[in-house]
Amino acid sequence: MTGLVKRYAGRAVVDGLSLRVEPGTVLALLGPNGAGKTTTVEICEGFRTPDEGTVRVLGRDPRDPALRPRVGVMPQTAGAYPGLRCGELLRLVAAFSAHPLDPAMLLDRLGLREVERTAFRRLSGGQQQRLSLALAVVGRPELVFLDEPTAGLDPAARHATWDLVRALRADGATVVLTTHLMDEAERLADEVVIVDGGRVVAAGTVDALTRTGAVGQLRFRATAGLDLDQLLTALPEQCTAKESPAGAYLVEGHIDPQVLAAVTAWTAEQGAMATDLKVERKTLEDVFLDLTGRELR
Amino acid sequence: MTAWTPGALAPRPQAAPVGRMLAAQARAELTLVLRNAEQVLLSLVIPLGLLVLLVTVPFIGLEGAPDRAGRADFFVPGVLALAVMSTAFTGQAIGVGFERQYGVLKRLGATPLPRAVLLGAKTLAVLAVEVLQVAALSLVGLALGWDPRGPVLAALVLVVLGTAAFSGLGLLLGGTLPGLTTLAAANLLWFVLLVLGGVLFPLSSLGGAEPVLSLLPTAALSTGLREVLQTGAVPVREMVALAAWSLAALGAAARLFRWE
Repeated sequence: MTGLVKRYAGRAVVDGLSLRVEPGTVLALLGPNGAGKTTTVEICEGFRTPDEGTVRVLGRDPRDPALRPRVGVMPQTAGAYPGLRCGELLRLVAAFSAHPLDPAMLLDRLGLREVERTAFRRLSGGQQQRLSLALAVVGRPELVFLDEPTAGLDPAARHATWDLVRALRADGATVVLTTHLMDEAERLADEVVIVDGGRVVAAGTVDALTRTGAVGQLRFRATAGLDLDQLLTALPEQCTAKESPAGAYLVEGHIDPQVLAAVTAWTAEQGAMATDLKVERKTLEDVFLDLTGRELR
Repeated sequence: MTAWTPGALAPRPQAAPVGRMLAAQARAELTLVLRNAEQVLLSLVIPLGLLVLLVTVPFIGLEGAPDRAGRADFFVPGVLALAVMSTAFTGQAIGVGFERQYGVLKRLGATPLPRAVLLGAKTLAVLAVEVLQVAALSLVGLALGWDPRGPVLAALVLVVLGTAAFSGLGLLLGGTLPGLTTLAAANLLWFVLLVLGGVLFPLSSLGGAEPVLSLLPTAALSTGLREVLQTGAVPVREMVALAAWSLAALGAAARLFRWE
């Protein structure tokens, strides 16, 4: 996908977005509400057409009907026949594929067995959500789009969803999911793309993202009044060190094993012992908030 | 919860054969119609009740039909036309309108089911309900003294043309307006077309308006059926009118139908 632009009433909701998903991996589109995640995914699913840019899904135009069997979709907002039962809906959609998963097994897996004979309209929000996930994967697609798959789910259902995503990946399927939950992206994704205002603001593995520009912190306690100048000469240039309050030391910068070694060597030279030593790395949440801003909108 | 067996979710994408998709979807559509009390009321109960009332209680005077059998000969074709309109037009319009509103069509759009197969399945479900309606109404009509004559084939052609015209109108309405608006409009049109459709009384009693009104789809179907079943003459004018409605409505629906 390159240079994707989609405008609603003149306002660019997706504004020059480019991304690429490697086959067999999980990509998480992470962003605050209104970042353009759903619009981006719906363009890939063929529900919307972009105003600018090119999109290829499995090498084809997203609207190509030949993609339908190959792509599984869990839309954020889609209903189902209110009068059909949970099991009937799953078996119906299973009948559209030549080699579907066993619907009964999927119902068991997603905790929907007890509501198999319950009409769709009487399912709880979480049950509808899980059925929606089942409908997306029952046809054994090679590429699955999940738009906020765990929104509104209880912890058990969330874990069942994560297990399913991991199993899909392990079996060679490609998964693109959107979420605004950092831990979800952190747990599942090979690659995270952070979007805001319709643009990619950062992309990479969780590891790379939490490392980039990263200000890590190293805290420890030691005798008060040690010679910080000597420590600073031993540390890489971008690192800072301070003592505040007395006896509590803080080193900020890219904390790697060398930094850690320099700190302990320095305390040894000073005849002191570092205690309560703690390295804090940035979480994905810090990166996310740094990039997308902390104000509510 | 135990872990997934490796390979259990291995991709194996391939659409099912069209016949299987069509059968599954048609079955689902039919299940929904039969499960929906309003639809059954509209498609079966109202036409049957109306037929019995119209034939047995002579509150609408019919010239030239002094007895019950004569009344049956007049009312059965009209009520058959009403039944086709209820199923193909009103039922479909309301169904499609709410399917759009509930996001059903969006969901189906994300499955391997092609749109043409979806429409085919809807048509099959409509035809299946019509078979039930025609059977029930004919049996009750015969019991009330209805004496049909004329070529059954011509009557079937009329029913198929009427179904095509009403389906086109139903899909046009349900495929363009929001669900509740569709509900209101479809019920209103059902009533207007019923009153002006030559179902309850002969259009000739409306005097000068007859030539125009008789070209409305319900009127064309009811007078066409009456003509062929009473006299055996093939009603060419009505067939042409219904064919024209079909072309116009299906064409417009194909252009204007919105899936969301």
